[in-house]
Amino acid sequence: MTQTILTVDDSRTMRDMLKMALVEAGYNVLQAVDGVDGLDVLQASAPPDVIVTDINMPKMDGFGLIEAVRKDSRYRKVPILVLTTESDAAKKMRAKEAGATGWIVKPFEPTKLIAAIRRVAA
Amino acid sequence: MDTMAEIRQTFFQECEEQLSEMELGLLAMDEGNADSETVNAVFRAVHSIKGGAGAFKLTELVQFAHSFETALDHVRSGKLTPTPEMMKIMLRAADVLSDLVEASRDGREINEANYASIAADVKALTTFDGVEEVEEPIDFQPTIIDFGMPELAIEPEPAASQEHEYRINFAPRPELYANANETILIFRELNRLGAMQAFCDAAAIPSLDDIDPNGAYFSWAVQLKSEADIAGVREVFEFVDGEADLTIESDGQAEVSDADIAALLAQALGTPPAADTANASEPSAEIIPISTMPAPVAASSETADVEPAVAPVQAVESSKPDTKAAVVPAQTTIRVEFDRVDRLINLVGELVINQAMLSQRVIEANFAGSSSVVIGLEELEQLTREIQESVMAIRAQPVKPLFQRMSRMVREVADATGKEVKLKTEGEATEVDKTVVERLAEPLTHMIRNAVDHGIESPEVRLAAGKPAEGTVRLTAAHRSGRIVIELSDDGAGINRPKVRASAINKGLIPADMQLSDSDIDNLLFLPGFSTAATISSISGRGVGMDVVKRSIQALGGRISISSRPGLGSTFSMSLPLTLAVLDGMAVSVAGQTLVVPLTAIVETLKPKKSEVHGLGSDGRVMSIRDTFVPLIDVGTQLGFRETPTQPENSVALLVETGGGARNALLVDSIQDQRQVVIKSLETNYGTVAGIAAATILGDGRVALILDVDALVSKSFEETLVGELHYGTGG
Amino acid sequence: MQNNDLTANSANNEFVAFRVGAQEFCVDIMGVREIRGWTPATPLPHAPSYVRGVINLRGAVLPIVDLGLRFGLGPTEPTPRSVIIVVHIHQQVVGLLVDAVSDILTSSEASMQPTPDIASDMAKTFVKGVYAVDSRMISIVTLDSVLPISAKAAA
Repeated sequence: MTQTILTVDDSRTMRDMLKMALVEAGYNVLQAVDGVDGLDVLQASAPPDVIVTDINMPKMDGFGLIEAVRKDSRYRKVPILVLTTESDAAKKMRAKEAGATGWIVKPFEPTKLIAAIRRVAA
Repeated sequence: MDTMAEIRQTFFQECEEQLSEMELGLLAMDEGNADSETVNAVFRAVHSIKGGAGAFKLTELVQFAHSFETALDHVRSGKLTPTPEMMKIMLRAADVLSDLVEASRDGREINEANYASIAADVKALTTFDGVEEVEEPIDFQPTIIDFGMPELAIEPEPAASQEHEYRINFAPRPELYANANETILIFRELNRLGAMQAFCDAAAIPSLDDIDPNGAYFSWAVQLKSEADIAGVREVFEFVDGEADLTIESDGQAEVSDADIAALLAQALGTPPAADTANASEPSAEIIPISTMPAPVAASSETADVEPAVAPVQAVESSKPDTKAAVVPAQTTIRVEFDRVDRLINLVGELVINQAMLSQRVIEANFAGSSSVVIGLEELEQLTREIQESVMAIRAQPVKPLFQRMSRMVREVADATGKEVKLKTEGEATEVDKTVVERLAEPLTHMIRNAVDHGIESPEVRLAAGKPAEGTVRLTAAHRSGRIVIELSDDGAGINRPKVRASAINKGLIPADMQLSDSDIDNLLFLPGFSTAATISSISGRGVGMDVVKRSIQALGGRISISSRPGLGSTFSMSLPLTLAVLDGMAVSVAGQTLVVPLTAIVETLKPKKSEVHGLGSDGRVMSIRDTFVPLIDVGTQLGFRETPTQPENSVALLVETGGGARNALLVDSIQDQRQVVIKSLETNYGTVAGIAAATILGDGRVALILDVDALVSKSFEETLVGELHYGTGG
Repeated sequence: MQNNDLTANSANNEFVAFRVGAQEFCVDIMGVREIRGWTPATPLPHAPSYVRGVINLRGAVLPIVDLGLRFGLGPTEPTPRSVIIVVHIHQQVVGLLVDAVSDILTSSEASMQPTPDIASDMAKTFVKGVYAVDSRMISIVTLDSVLPISAKAAA
């Protein structure tokens, strides 16, 4: 069955690239432009199999989104990958503390993106 | 890759938006009007650009953006408080970033030397006391984005194509599950590396009463045979490292666990090692093949807590403290291709014409004025007009981006001329048709350059005159009686009237003894070939005089005027139509033809008497209007529609004023009415015609020509016609 | 058979043949947008005599060239039978006023010959070849030359 990925990023370029890589790999893609929109999209659809989110976004950033998602019992178990340009340990720790399942480093290679998703998606 | 090319286009489009956001935010910060959200927005803009640039291998852009971003990060985290000096650097950095984006987009070669000093300044911002802050190293390797079919399995490193045996001890902690990781998924991934067997140690599971649904009670021992090297195995656990006790041992490949390190340290420091629970457990008695493992997610939260999931959202829907800088609430927008809008506008233009034609035919068919047909038609006309206005509004854009570009122009010219100038804008939200905005850019640029270069004095001169060292240029836009009025003023020295007058005399533009009012002298600037710069600076260029600016404005159907106060500054006032697509005009008859005269040019209409018309010279005529004599132009003969000039007593005179303020009287046969017409290009299928601006289509379907008043009355008009004109003798 | 390659791009050439005065001409159908009847044109100031003026073609302003005058054959008197052939010439759309449309030819029926070498400026400028069809001679018009080049500059 096709899996659904929710991608949240305020950059159109990034959204387009994510969509392209994911659709080619056979995933169904939902998109949102910031944390608030991400939550809206979540409410409006069946729970996605994975959420991929940027950190720096207006209105509600990635951390805010993750926290909100984790608080909701419906989505507590949805794997969340953060997109980060920084690969240092401190940032990863912050992501983990917020509740992220894993991360993808920008600029991402499609193979790594797909691998990361498969690592966390049931 | 077509899609990649599309995304690249999207990226650069997005960059434009980001750059605009960034500049706005920086300006607000410069004014002291910024709150944390503004700074964040600026940071995000640069961060976004950097992110996308990385994907497209735009190395210089990434590196500069990274430096800039770091500095901004420091500001937003409070490590750095922006000073005016710093803001100057940031603004220059913004300009450089903008240039780099452009160069990257156009594929031009980038010479780092060009911006080396600014780059150094930016770096210096994050250097404290000469000690360079450890910048996070950019983990940037130009990756070749290959959007071909991604590999469906991680190939193990072919380097050592020998099988290793791994023993992995894995004890997840509660955080692992909390973050939605699943042991089974990890094991599935591991299984891809090779044959594995997992043994579960459930010894830690407490009695049912004591089970914490969110607890972690399982630990595993895994045996893996794989060709992958130890790094590859580690990678599988990448996300959960730190949320589990993990050791990986391999034959011949050393892997040091955290516990080992602790032990080593303890040894070195002479302290007893901490109780080592990690590796303690031997695989328990029970050997449970992975396939029959109960899903560890028995500890899942299928529990009763239904939390108000919506609460967090509302909390974050921050009642934003109103920022001091006026923030226009983001409106929902959609992107539409410009061609589609153009097509729509054309179609609506057709609709207007068709509706006019229909009205005409109904009138000709002599329906009674109150008949339902006529009433229906009036409603149709009303509706059509409303549709037209709405459609015009689609193409209407705020002048803000244009003003923002001017802001940068001011900075650059000020820098280049050693002056201190700030641009203040007002009315950026004022909307005008996109075509007008585009064509305003050039004249505005010239005017701003002039204002900074020639208008504003150097800081020393200003101080000596009791003015603040920093000069101000004001750019405002507003709607006024159906047009847009744009004003550009500076608080500089104003026009040096004696110098201007002398220069005009020297260039032979005016006779030496001509009487001129102050305002007349100011308007001398608009004469072609005028330039008072003793040194033609590279900024203002040569020959880019105000006459070029004036012609550009007039070509837009606008007017421009100047006023100045010595020592206090000058102001340019421009009035422009809201759109280039329609025109308010007066339809007149000339030699059996219908012509349209733009209403903006008409001052008044008169019925000339024979006694008011006098001959002057061999074939010129003038008309006396009140106490002045005004040149008379016979439109019919001027356009070659008739040979003999018409008699004034059989005509109507339109007193028109050209952009330059010159007044002439146009002689036409009669006036039909005033109407709004849709402008149709003559040039598309034919070419330029002297004296004719464009064409329009009348209610009866016929084409009518729209007069170019300025061209018609200009003294050089005859020259363009190369002897084809015939004049009768003056009456 | 003669070389039928007139225009570089058309493989199967069809032509619209028409009459101007007593002579017959034709143009490649690929360049023809439509054929319509005559409507009075709005004259253009100081235009060459063969530019009759402009008409409204569904919202676009279309110049009308009197081919009779253009070819030096005398003015075309507009009658209800007169025809305007709307053609593309490069980026422009122009209407050609002719006396009547006579035929649609295919180049296989007709055999193309080079323009006879007579001393006529008109022939040299406007005719790029001739077809022999039955006993008629149909001259192929060089559309590029029809519009005055100077029309693009200030007239």
